[in-house]
Amino acid sequence: MGLKTALFEEHKALGARIVPFAGWDLPLHYGSQLAEHHAVRRDSGAFDVSHMRILDIAGNGALGFLRRLLANDPAKLRIAGKALYSCMLSEHGGVIDDLVLYYRGPERFRTVVNAATAGKDLAWMHSHTTGMSVALHPRTDLCMIAVQGPNAREKAAPLLPPQLAERVHALQPFFAAEEGEWFVSRTGYTGEDGLEIMCPANEGRTLWGNLMDAGITPCGLGARDTLRLEAGMNLYGQDMDEGVTPLESGLGWTVAWEPSHRSFVGRDALEAQRAAGSLRQFVGLLLTAPGVLRRHQRVLKGVAVVGEVTSGGFAPTLERSIGLARLAPGAEGECTVEIRGKPVPARIVSPPFVRNGEARITL
Amino acid sequence: MSNVPDDLRYAKSHEWVRDNGDGTVTVGITDHAQEALGDLVYVEVPQIGKRLDAGEACAVVESVKAASDIYSPVDGEVVETNETLGDAPETVNEDAYGEGWIFKLRTNDEQELDGLLDADGYARLLEDED
Repeated sequence: MGLKTALFEEHKALGARIVPFAGWDLPLHYGSQLAEHHAVRRDSGAFDVSHMRILDIAGNGALGFLRRLLANDPAKLRIAGKALYSCMLSEHGGVIDDLVLYYRGPERFRTVVNAATAGKDLAWMHSHTTGMSVALHPRTDLCMIAVQGPNAREKAAPLLPPQLAERVHALQPFFAAEEGEWFVSRTGYTGEDGLEIMCPANEGRTLWGNLMDAGITPCGLGARDTLRLEAGMNLYGQDMDEGVTPLESGLGWTVAWEPSHRSFVGRDALEAQRAAGSLRQFVGLLLTAPGVLRRHQRVLKGVAVVGEVTSGGFAPTLERSIGLARLAPGAEGECTVEIRGKPVPARIVSPPFVRNGEARITL
Repeated sequence: MSNVPDDLRYAKSHEWVRDNGDGTVTVGITDHAQEALGDLVYVEVPQIGKRLDAGEACAVVESVKAASDIYSPVDGEVVETNETLGDAPETVNEDAYGEGWIFKLRTNDEQELDGLLDADGYARLLEDED
């Protein structure tokens, strides 16, 4: 028996197939993962993501603490509500977790981290608070619902507290608005427009019911995974972990090298790796013959193994199999992937595969 | 509750077998299996002419979740495969006991079917798994 979110009974009533995930019991799908995927690409879908850990960070030393802890630079955040994606690194430059950080006001932040890593993250963060005036406040009292798809904002906005509804219409991508205990951001993990809504658990149950009544499709972890894969977004624990740096995980763009005097955890290791060169590349793969790419399959150029698939699956929007892979430097163009001992032709491509309902690669 | 037709035989690994009465049998996966796997996106059928031993992994079904081996429930030679699954693997989800069949075998020994589960036995197996 795992932990249950505030919406667990709602999922059961909707006929969800419940599976264990990172210590939680969560919906895998509510009947058809493919139908849920298409609902998000074409209309709107709602995901219970309450298992993700919300953490409020405040105190006179909050900005200094975060600038030391994160590879991206929180000092970029100057407008209330603005969000920043960042990796949190070990001294060796390995990825402890990836997270989204929101700026709420001077020395006031909120972050959302992965469920599977929440305990580890919190311990790591606490170990860096020594001598700093900063308080970490886990918000397990809140639930979190992602509403995603081209019609998501239009359908969900009227169901929010009235003070927020109007502001949500005007919300720019990667910004959040808050009112009381409600916090709504125009962010997501699907490659579509949409919102992520945090609010007190009892109000979240009412909101979930209203979202269903508005014709928004309930979606499980299965569709969440195929949607993020099509969007070319990394999944922590598969595409990167403490054994690799962001520079070899397609996340070099999230590392803020400037200002050069900012000493963040892992900086020395990343600089050494960058100076040494010969970085492995993080790429997309399109399988050009029948089959399905899966994690850990080997990628070959001719007879030489050049790397492996880190995430793979069927892309419902493309009706082809796609994957993410970490490959030796220089590998490009056609390759093969070893599936059950046989080489199957594939092509190295640049993610994302799909954005806003449209294919972004040539099939 | 899964659909378990009375006129079929079943393997513990969730394949069904239909005796065609002409020395051949048809094999597919059960309604329970397709439901547990979720939406199927790829089916790899065995080579026609291949000789299979009972219990041998001979086909693969891949769902949005994972790949699963299909085991031959009996000894036999592959005489026909369901080519429509190449373009429409979802047929297995939609009609597991009909249009979603996977391959046909010429059996050496029809008595072998008696060693498989009947519908009651398979239904009990599913209850025990729950």
